Amino acid sequence: MKAFEYAAPRRESELAGLFSGRPGATAVLAGGTDLVGLMKKMIVAPDRVVNIKEIASLYGISADSAGVTVGAVTRLDEMLDSADLDAFPAVKQAIRGINSMQLQSQGTIGGELCQRPRCWYFRNGCGLPTELGRMVERGDNRYHAIFGNRGPAKYVSASRIAPALVALGASVRIVGPASGEAVEGPPKNGAPVAQDGNALGEAIMPLADFFVTPRAPHQGETVLDPDQIVTHIHIPRDEQIASATYEVRQSEGPEYPLAAAAAALRIEAGVVTEARIVLGQVAPVPWVSEAAAAAIVGQAVTPESARAAGEAAVARATPLSQNRYKVQLARVSVERAILQAAGLETGGF
Amino acid sequence: MSHVQAPEASVRPTKNVHVELTVNGEPREFLCAPRESLLDVLRNRLGLTGAKEGCNNGNCGACAVILNGVPVNSCLVLGVEAAGAEVETVEGLAKGSHLHPLQQCFLEDAALQCGICTPGFLVSAKALLDRNPDPSEEEIRLHLAGNLCRCTGYDKIVRAVQDAAKANT
Amino acid sequence: MAEYSWPRRGTTSLIDTEQTRIDGVAKASGAAKYSCDINPKGTLVARAMGCPHAHCKIKSIDISLAKDVPGVVLVSPAKAIGDEIQWQGDIIAYVAAETEGAAAEGVAAITVEYEMLDVFVDDQHLAAAEAADRTGKPLSNVQLVNEPGDDEDEEAFEEAEIQRLLEASDVVVEGNYGINVITHMCMEPHGSTCEWNGDQLTAHLSTQNVSGTAGQFADPLGITASDVTVHCDFIGGGFGSKFAADSWGVACAELARQTGRPVRLMLDRDIELKTAGNRPSGFIKVKIGADKNGVVQVWDSQQWGTSGASGGGVSQGVVPYVFDPENRRRTATSIATNAGPQRAWRAPNHPQAAAITHTAYDDVAAALGIDSYDVFLRNLDSVSNDKADVYRAQMERAAELMQWKSKWHAHGKGEKKGSVVTGLGMGIHTWGGGGHNSTCRITIHPDGGVETALGSQDLGTGTRTVIGIVVAETFGLPLDAVNVKIGSSSYPASGPSGGSTTVAGVSESNRRAAQDALAQLNELVAAKLGVGAADLVAKEGRIQASGDASKSLSWKEACALLGMTPLEVNGEFRRGEPSSLSSSQVAGVQMAEVAVDLDTGIVKPLKFVAVQDMGLIINRKTAASQIYGAVIMGIAYSIFEERIMDLQTGAFLNAELADYRLPRLGDIGEIVVDLWEPDSEYERGVVGLGEPPVISPGAAISNAVANATGVRVPVLPLTPQRVLDALGSA
Repeated sequence: MKAFEYAAPRRESELAGLFSGRPGATAVLAGGTDLVGLMKKMIVAPDRVVNIKEIASLYGISADSAGVTVGAVTRLDEMLDSADLDAFPAVKQAIRGINSMQLQSQGTIGGELCQRPRCWYFRNGCGLPTELGRMVERGDNRYHAIFGNRGPAKYVSASRIAPALVALGASVRIVGPASGEAVEGPPKNGAPVAQDGNALGEAIMPLADFFVTPRAPHQGETVLDPDQIVTHIHIPRDEQIASATYEVRQSEGPEYPLAAAAAALRIEAGVVTEARIVLGQVAPVPWVSEAAAAAIVGQAVTPESARAAGEAAVARATPLSQNRYKVQLARVSVERAILQAAGLETGGF
Repeated sequence: MSHVQAPEASVRPTKNVHVELTVNGEPREFLCAPRESLLDVLRNRLGLTGAKEGCNNGNCGACAVILNGVPVNSCLVLGVEAAGAEVETVEGLAKGSHLHPLQQCFLEDAALQCGICTPGFLVSAKALLDRNPDPSEEEIRLHLAGNLCRCTGYDKIVRAVQDAAKANT
Repeated sequence: MAEYSWPRRGTTSLIDTEQTRIDGVAKASGAAKYSCDINPKGTLVARAMGCPHAHCKIKSIDISLAKDVPGVVLVSPAKAIGDEIQWQGDIIAYVAAETEGAAAEGVAAITVEYEMLDVFVDDQHLAAAEAADRTGKPLSNVQLVNEPGDDEDEEAFEEAEIQRLLEASDVVVEGNYGINVITHMCMEPHGSTCEWNGDQLTAHLSTQNVSGTAGQFADPLGITASDVTVHCDFIGGGFGSKFAADSWGVACAELARQTGRPVRLMLDRDIELKTAGNRPSGFIKVKIGADKNGVVQVWDSQQWGTSGASGGGVSQGVVPYVFDPENRRRTATSIATNAGPQRAWRAPNHPQAAAITHTAYDDVAAALGIDSYDVFLRNLDSVSNDKADVYRAQMERAAELMQWKSKWHAHGKGEKKGSVVTGLGMGIHTWGGGGHNSTCRITIHPDGGVETALGSQDLGTGTRTVIGIVVAETFGLPLDAVNVKIGSSSYPASGPSGGSTTVAGVSESNRRAAQDALAQLNELVAAKLGVGAADLVAKEGRIQASGDASKSLSWKEACALLGMTPLEVNGEFRRGEPSSLSSSQVAGVQMAEVAVDLDTGIVKPLKFVAVQDMGLIINRKTAASQIYGAVIMGIAYSIFEERIMDLQTGAFLNAELADYRLPRLGDIGEIVVDLWEPDSEYERGVVGLGEPPVISPGAAISNAVANATGVRVPVLPLTPQRVLDALGSA
């Protein structure tokens, strides 16, 4: 690790002076399960590390009739233990998949969403994920993207919980230096809005919009600017939504899945009336499949309809030279997530 | 959450930090640079070499310790983060010469071979039994999946944890 | 010279029982000090800088910035201008610093200019290697019943004869099989802590070869082996990769000498994997002709593989494995790749040979639609060792434990539940073992204290406990009465722990020394008791006249007869010398039952049966541990682990544990270990056990997957990708 300064603010407002707008200059430390490893390999080498775990307002789970709000530094094991999250099986199933007690009780939800890509070229110091397109294309891309991979970004979004949260319509609160301009509604670009003349502003946006596919070096994997952080995640409550996450995991360890999908279904009178299907580990962002949703809406969930939704999900996949098998795994993930959400047997392991 | 620094000091970025904490029930202190991991600090500054560095990225669990009641991979925790914390390491499992039931069962069930993963497994297993005193075999297999044994004593580790759970109850 | 022997079976109190390892408390309490834990006051931390490129020449090395990094004490290049680098991760330089962080920053501050050279790492494709001019001369070995006539061209005859035999066969099976390179992945990487006292070097080296490494330090350091002490009380895994002092060990000693301070240098995980050893790959194209019962009539194979930059691959000497049909032709081609060099990996050559040839035998069963068990059984007449009857008996036992007959279905014809099918597979293996050279010094103190000292090591196999058991049993003492001193080159020399040679070697030297020492002590006791020395027995802490318990001395009283001087007796065994205490050569049968999810290609082991002979068992507990461990390591290389190289750059892409997949507790299924031990095994003395049980899992699991799916997945490990590719659904 390169030497760095360390700060541990205790209030959101104290963040204001700690961040630099220069990319890479400041790193946000939450659970550390990704950041510290990256710093050890000097893939990231910040001048300053800001530990946000001491900020009490970023911590904890609160629920009301509208939904559940989870602070960014809430640990994953605490989310597993929270009865407030029982209504969202997709989230708990995704956390359980991170099969390491240590990683669950050390990792935070904010960090889980903001972790960097697992792309092994990136992790081996070959450059930023966005600079590696040609290398990935010609190289060993067995774990890389099969969707959204036409641009330079060919890695897969690493977050294992994001597909579930996106499927459930979660939103994310971001704070950072105030832009000074008031914006109507949730800003698409994540620019925080000034609050009562504070130096910090906040923005709330759908989690689906939080993840972006970068087109050029130094564009991040999320909308976050270098001086912004995620503070909270909000999951809207809807008693009629059934949800599930299915991951194709080769082993019962903490390794990342080969493909995954989350399904959130509104089932009325035995028929799906609304669906949101989000694939994980297949694209640079959690991949929302409108086609899969359209295929299952209007149907009763059966092995056949689930399979058809899986097939619809992957119909337009664009696998790279070595990851055609992931198309099959993505199809099965969708199929099984839908079956699992509906409480049916998946037929596999 | 624990706080040892005044808010002002916590905001001012620092290069060297004086940390006070409790390790295996004993108050300890050290001065460290922010880049030193808790594992580095335990091993190099506090002389506790039970926790091992296996992979340095959270995948092997050889460095597991219990931090404020939960198991963590100490290679991924900064030493400065442990300010005010309670840390339990493998060295704290036995009470004097009286071994913890887990240690006893690991010995009797031959759940250790080269032994380098053993401290991490013991600490994780203790964290598991602290939370769940009577885990099923499947729960043991899933919950200890963050620990790696290459020799590999998996089968016997599962039995040892089961036996320790029985001995505890 | 006395006649050495073991106590009769059934009369022992420690040997052949289950004993808890004597160093277990140290390991379970965190007190055990491994090389990476040795931290004398003032120790500097050193790190190695690995070359980022797989094939290049060094144009320049600039260490000036690195020297200026705060905390860096010494920067030492390991390569010179013009040196050619043959693999990524080869070590370019070392940095010694006050802290880990400073050392890492120092490494990052070294600037090297490289001249890039052509890279080749594709060991799977022989044609690609030939096109890249990376192949050695193919080596052929042919064995045929018929001989060419005097004027016949030998090669032409061989070719014609092989074709004739194939045509005459009832069934001909053609297939491709392979197994990728894996690493040792010792949890404790290679490395040492070195400290000097004047001209005397103490190297706390993570090693399987305590007695053999001092000289390896001495020569390059310009001192003699007598100036070097190698220590290794505990080692975090070796598996065949830690026999040498290694260039980085010598560098550590050199850094310590130059800085005047102790230095610890453990390899980073990625350099460890890239540079500190791996197991060669093996790929093969096979044509087998068999009769209608599945008895192989002719074997014809062409194999290739790599051991790294120097070529290599799997030895053709073990192809086909265990079975040696009367008519066979085998050709092997070595491929040089820009990859780190191989090192012995538990049972060198055998696991790969089993995985690429017993799979072909199993495909004969599939082609004929007969039970794989029967095909293995019917081919036992051709085994290359003298264990055919042992295999028969072990197969029967394994089948019973697996319930093979009731579970068996023809390949691909099992019941499908959802998308899941199950199947059975088996493999058999062979290993020599036999004790290595070992000397020990047993000391009996006048106060009754007993110690034995030898320059051996305990890899986690239980060597320390085995030695204690042998000595304590001989003296009729409890296990904790013997102080076992190993792990230092200052003790009498004992062999490196490799090839399943340790238990037999150390048991030999210790039993001999203990029997000799007891004979000497018995002379004194006999005189005291007025009985013949030959009539004395040592048991339960006493030395007594057999048949007359009234004539006895406690161990302590007996030892007091020594007077002022301890009794020291050396024991010695030379490898290969005939002995009634040990022998060599084992068989072994393994069976696997797996489930395969046809939709995801995921393979799950359900049950694994390992039946293993090992001669006389010293400690049943650690013997069983060895087999459990070997089976799980076998599951690892069968389903999970492999080195993945980037074909463009030669980078070792998964040189960290996040991407180098290994099984966890939930991935292994049920494992049944059966110690195969008729009296004949006890009678033949001690045989090593480390290698054999790790050999068959690749074949057994691959065969089980083939039986489940009806399709051969040709290359191990059996990842979802490979399984789906083979099923044709990807």
